[in-house]
Amino acid sequence: MYQDLFYQHNWDDVKASIYSKTAHDVERALGKEKRTLEDFKALISPAAAPYLEQMAQLSHQLTKKRFGNTIQMYTPMYLSNECQNICTYCGFSLDNKVRRRTLSDEEIIREAEAIRGMGFEHILLVTGEANRTVGVQYIKKAIELVKPYFSHIAMEVQPMDQDEYEELIEAGLNTVLVYQETYHKEDYKKHHPKGKKSNFDYRVDTPDRLGKAGIHKIGLGVLIGLEDWRTDSFFTAAHLDYLERTYWQTKYSISFPRLRPFSGGLEPKVEMTDRELVQLICAYRLFDEEVELSLSTREHPIFRDNIIKLGITSASAGSKTNPGGYVVEPESLEQFEISDERSAEEFAEMVKSQGYEVVWKDWDLALQ
Amino acid sequence: MDQLVIADKTFNSRLFTGTGKFMSNELMEQSLLASGSELVTVALKRVDVDNPEDDVLAHLKHDQFNLLPNTSGARTAKEAVFAAQLAREALGTNWVKLEIHPDPKYLMPDPIETLQAAEEMVKQGFVVLPYIHADPVLCKRLEDVGCAAVMPLGAPIGSNKGLKTLDFLEIIIEQSNVPVVVDAGIGAPSHAAHAMELGADAVLVNTAIAVAGDPVAMGKAFGQAVEAGRAAHLAQVAQPRVTAEASSPLTGFLNQL
Ligand code: SF4
Repeated sequence: MYQDLFYQHNWDDVKASIYSKTAHDVERALGKEKRTLEDFKALISPAAAPYLEQMAQLSHQLTKKRFGNTIQMYTPMYLSNECQNICTYCGFSLDNKVRRRTLSDEEIIREAEAIRGMGFEHILLVTGEANRTVGVQYIKKAIELVKPYFSHIAMEVQPMDQDEYEELIEAGLNTVLVYQETYHKEDYKKHHPKGKKSNFDYRVDTPDRLGKAGIHKIGLGVLIGLEDWRTDSFFTAAHLDYLERTYWQTKYSISFPRLRPFSGGLEPKVEMTDRELVQLICAYRLFDEEVELSLSTREHPIFRDNIIKLGITSASAGSKTNPGGYVVEPESLEQFEISDERSAEEFAEMVKSQGYEVVWKDWDLALQ
Repeated sequence: MDQLVIADKTFNSRLFTGTGKFMSNELMEQSLLASGSELVTVALKRVDVDNPEDDVLAHLKHDQFNLLPNTSGARTAKEAVFAAQLAREALGTNWVKLEIHPDPKYLMPDPIETLQAAEEMVKQGFVVLPYIHADPVLCKRLEDVGCAAVMPLGAPIGSNKGLKTLDFLEIIIEQSNVPVVVDAGIGAPSHAAHAMELGADAVLVNTAIAVAGDPVAMGKAFGQAVEAGRAAHLAQVAQPRVTAEASSPLTGFLNQL
């Protein structure tokens, strides 16, 4: 379990080591063919800032070599904004007095039809954590309902036990995204004061349970803004490295959500500039040629247009972050504000104009 | 030098050696002592298990040496498991180098039988070190069934050709959670040093020492090469400089945001 490895690292030591990297360390990391976690530290360190263009060029080449000129498309489908947890940064938090809504079977189908109509074949099902209303059985039913419309089903919901994952995989689930939010244990406690999510260790070991359950793909990440993003990203990369060695038949993706405004508002403790986000994306690519790097509509359109060439391999578009947001009830409360409001079609045109193929389907349920 | 741990044993030397092909058992003993090696493979088929005074074994009675019986000669999983059981009885060690080569010409290891045998041996409590082709997926499968290390080949056994499987060894080393011991093909100390620089945890050398003009001196040379290679790996070998292809800037857009 990753926990065992995790507790061998000390947050402050890792942080100090990242911030003490020098230009020399960065140059060595850039010159290598294979890069270690120490090299990753150098690449995300402040010392790497002057090397950003060089990192971008390398990241571009490596991404092209492994993924070709393609960008995969997906979009989220929010099933419910019910949540029993308090998370200081989320609009669905229990203490946020908003109207709660959970899609019925019939509403799920209407949303699925609409999303499919936009061209998507990869869907990401999202709920809050409310085991009574949107527990494993609800999610299983939702997977069964949307299965006829999509070739790849991912979900981002509460962490589960191994046998629950097995049941959902059997029902057609392909990918699970589970972000640690932050690897800073004390800060994690502060941001998750109430609810099951406050169990840091259970969350940290979720990818292990997924690996054991034999999931096709696991998505990792932290919520950028809660803590020092460099240190958090090091722990993410270490987690990825461990998982790739241990559950070697599973694929992995990384996301970089930056804390966005939402109703109830927490100011980010740490700001990450656009330049730093580019640095982080390139650093991941230089560290791991295989990992999928995913970008959401949280980011600005100009940023999204340009990052296509820098290492990203999948993107969402036309996203709604409220239950029923596509057709059922477009005005319900969003989880966070999105920044790129363009339609999926507009986004796809932009991707094509840069000489990339837009991949709508890259999996088939028959393969599972 | 930093130590290598495999299962419950700790080694100061990362050079593993074999005992075949020496002109005499005396020369073997002197060469292996000179090499500093602490893990020595012995072919079960060559020792007389009923005779405690067996000549090969008599020359390996030094505190420095741990014995690693191998199943060389086995052509199937079943034969290999049986050989391992015999070796455990006779030599009093549950360590085994799993070798299955049905092909008598190139002695290529059989991946399917090896995986089956490894799984069974682990269940029976053996510390299994399988000799295999440099196949990254097979290495992961062997790790999954509980092998204590993997021993991919560098080149055909006895060929002295060096690291012909270099690209695959790099992947194996990168992915492995268990020690990687490069076995077979290493013909010169420079090959051994190269494997260690890449990050292999140990190398196994037999022919190159046994058939050298001066096996004792060559044993020593290998010991030094392995140490040098390991030290170089830890010190982080400098890389040839890669310059990014000149093309239009990719980060210029950041100034517009
Ligand atoms: S982040 Fe998830 S668990 Fe936390 S309040 Fe929001 S929906 Fe609930």
